[in-house]
Amino acid sequence: MRHVISLLIENESGALSRVSGLFSARGYNIESLTVAPTEDASMSRMTIVTTGSDDIIEQITKQLNKLVEVVKVVDISEAAHIERELMLTKVRATGKDREEMKRMAEIFRARIIDVTDTSYVIELTGNQSKLDAFISAIDPALILESVRSGVCGIGRGDRILKV
Amino acid sequence: MVLTGAEIVIRCLQEEKVDYVFGYPGGAVLYIYDALFNQDKVRHVLVRHEQAAVHAADGYARSTEKVGVALVTSGPGATNAVTGIATAYTDSIPVVIISGQVPTAAIGQDAFQEVDTVGITRPCVKHNFLVKDVRDIASTIKKAFYLAKTGRPGPVLVDIPKDVSMHKCEFEYPKEISMRSYNPVVKGHQGQIRKAVQLLLEAKRPMIYTGGGVVLANAAEQLTKLTRLLGFPITNTLMGLGGYPASDRQYLGMPGMHGTYEANMAMHYSDVLLAVGARFDDRVIGNPDHFAEEPRKIIHVDIDPSSISKRVRVDVPIVGDLKEVLEEMIRQLEAGAARPNPDTLGAWWKQVEEWRSRECMKYKNSDEIIKPQFVIQKLWEVTGGDAIVTSDVGQHQMWASQYYRFDKPRRWLNSGGLGTMGVGLPYAMGAQLANPDRQVACVTGEASIQMNIQELSTCKQFRLPIKICNLNNRYLGMVRQWQQLFHGERYSESYMDSLPDFAKLAEAYGHVGLRIERPADVEGALREAFARKNDLVFLDFQIDQTENVYPMVQGGKGLTEMILSAEDL
Repeated sequence: MRHVISLLIENESGALSRVSGLFSARGYNIESLTVAPTEDASMSRMTIVTTGSDDIIEQITKQLNKLVEVVKVVDISEAAHIERELMLTKVRATGKDREEMKRMAEIFRARIIDVTDTSYVIELTGNQSKLDAFISAIDPALILESVRSGVCGIGRGDRILKV
Repeated sequence: MVLTGAEIVIRCLQEEKVDYVFGYPGGAVLYIYDALFNQDKVRHVLVRHEQAAVHAADGYARSTEKVGVALVTSGPGATNAVTGIATAYTDSIPVVIISGQVPTAAIGQDAFQEVDTVGITRPCVKHNFLVKDVRDIASTIKKAFYLAKTGRPGPVLVDIPKDVSMHKCEFEYPKEISMRSYNPVVKGHQGQIRKAVQLLLEAKRPMIYTGGGVVLANAAEQLTKLTRLLGFPITNTLMGLGGYPASDRQYLGMPGMHGTYEANMAMHYSDVLLAVGARFDDRVIGNPDHFAEEPRKIIHVDIDPSSISKRVRVDVPIVGDLKEVLEEMIRQLEAGAARPNPDTLGAWWKQVEEWRSRECMKYKNSDEIIKPQFVIQKLWEVTGGDAIVTSDVGQHQMWASQYYRFDKPRRWLNSGGLGTMGVGLPYAMGAQLANPDRQVACVTGEASIQMNIQELSTCKQFRLPIKICNLNNRYLGMVRQWQQLFHGERYSESYMDSLPDFAKLAEAYGHVGLRIERPADVEGALREAFARKNDLVFLDFQIDQTENVYPMVQGGKGLTEMILSAEDL
């Protein structure tokens, strides 16, 4: 099962490697991991997308909690939550493809944020499946490069992760 | 008061009431050694290899209720310490390791004797720190001691660059420490404890299984009281020996791979299993699928939530300090009138006694050749069963755990989790320094002892009257045993020839060495050794080369699938 784990961790050097090291040392999967400081600069917030049986997810949560610098851990996928990911895709935009790419961007409510004679950079935000759908909707031969941020997640309503 | 970073380090150790630091000097810690030189409260024990420094600090901690401290230099000093750190980590031993680092400006420049110590040790410490500012030294060391000894204990490393130890600042040792990210649970959940007590009272085939946590939490007294109150059979794991008196009738011996038949059968066929400070590891329960075949309710008390339901599903988890939880269980039991039903319990005991009557620990003694089990039995007799016994890793470790009956905690020091050969002698050093009036015996083998044999020199310098019992079978015995049983008797690299004459070697280091070849001489040699109160005596017992450790549960098999003796092969 796919799970989205959010955690608050002290914003210290080495904190990220404590988390990533834990996953590799214990053989847990990381599908994606994002991290950045929060509005309180002494803390960072991470979103980790992982897969595993209930037992493994329980162990992951416990092991993360055990790290001395981890302040709080929540499996936000246990209840209603929102996930977003950012993707930047550089595509070839020449001839008839130029118009086609612009139209595809509009359909997916993406934005073209860089334009040259031969290329666009398309910015698209959404959940993972929307990003996947965009990639499969366009001709792979036209993709020059693409980069994804990994998933950011937050609980809906009163589900709040804060100290 | 304005002090240098190095002076602050030493002042912090004084504030923590540290009496011994085990270490080895080098470039990056020269200022710290200079500060050490100018005082006499913290005494330094100069080991001959940094691995032994951490092991000795670890042994010191295991034999006391205090935190062990090691001090090493950067680069190779730190990498040599890693095995010691990992050993302490696996057995949850509170140790603080202070390592020197190259100056901050040189970090990342591939400087002489530079390694990423914090990075290398990260997976085998409870926590570690790199101190980049002299003003952070005091609070960091305070945190290090606090982290090492609270919650589930473990090693904490503090890496201090050379310039930081040279810089000056105002010194004040923080009185208290609080960390928003670290708040170990102490009190167990009342409702869960009530549920557990109810389950214990209704049990038909109850069993108590306890581990190293009981020793670490200093909860042996509470465990003993609860066990007697309930009248249940009990087993202590390799790490938990001494948690309950081994000479008591309710004690069934050790469980697991080389545990007793009765302990393993009772573990397996129990209907309610109370696990306290133990972690159901592979050497204890064997194959978890086989273990899960019997329906039973498991109550698991542990300070570390991640130990619960890790390998075995638990029905009643209780997170908390073992001493507090056991006390609460006793309180609840004593407050009520309910006791376990004597008839059902009697029937269960009848079954347990039947298992016990197999006498699985019997071995064939000999008049001609020294049996290792016999040496341990004699060691137990000669020391009145009350010595601190350290061991290395292998067959001798198992024989020591099986045949020396530990009635008290903190008497048995061994590397249970990591299985580190070479710990025995440095453990004995730490234990002897911490307990100068106690008898300390190091049970070892001719292979293990050579992994830290250089420490004989440290023992001479600090006049440590350790008694080394070398069970010398000229084989890497446990490897040979597995090769015999599971690898078609192909003894690949498990034989050691060109061994030194250990008695002479001990003499070369300035100690007393004895070589014992006949069973009739075993007791006399042990008595002579322990009568020499001020000498380290190296007893080199020439034992039966092919003796195996039994009973045995083969790796991957279930607890009930035991080989009881050579006749079962």
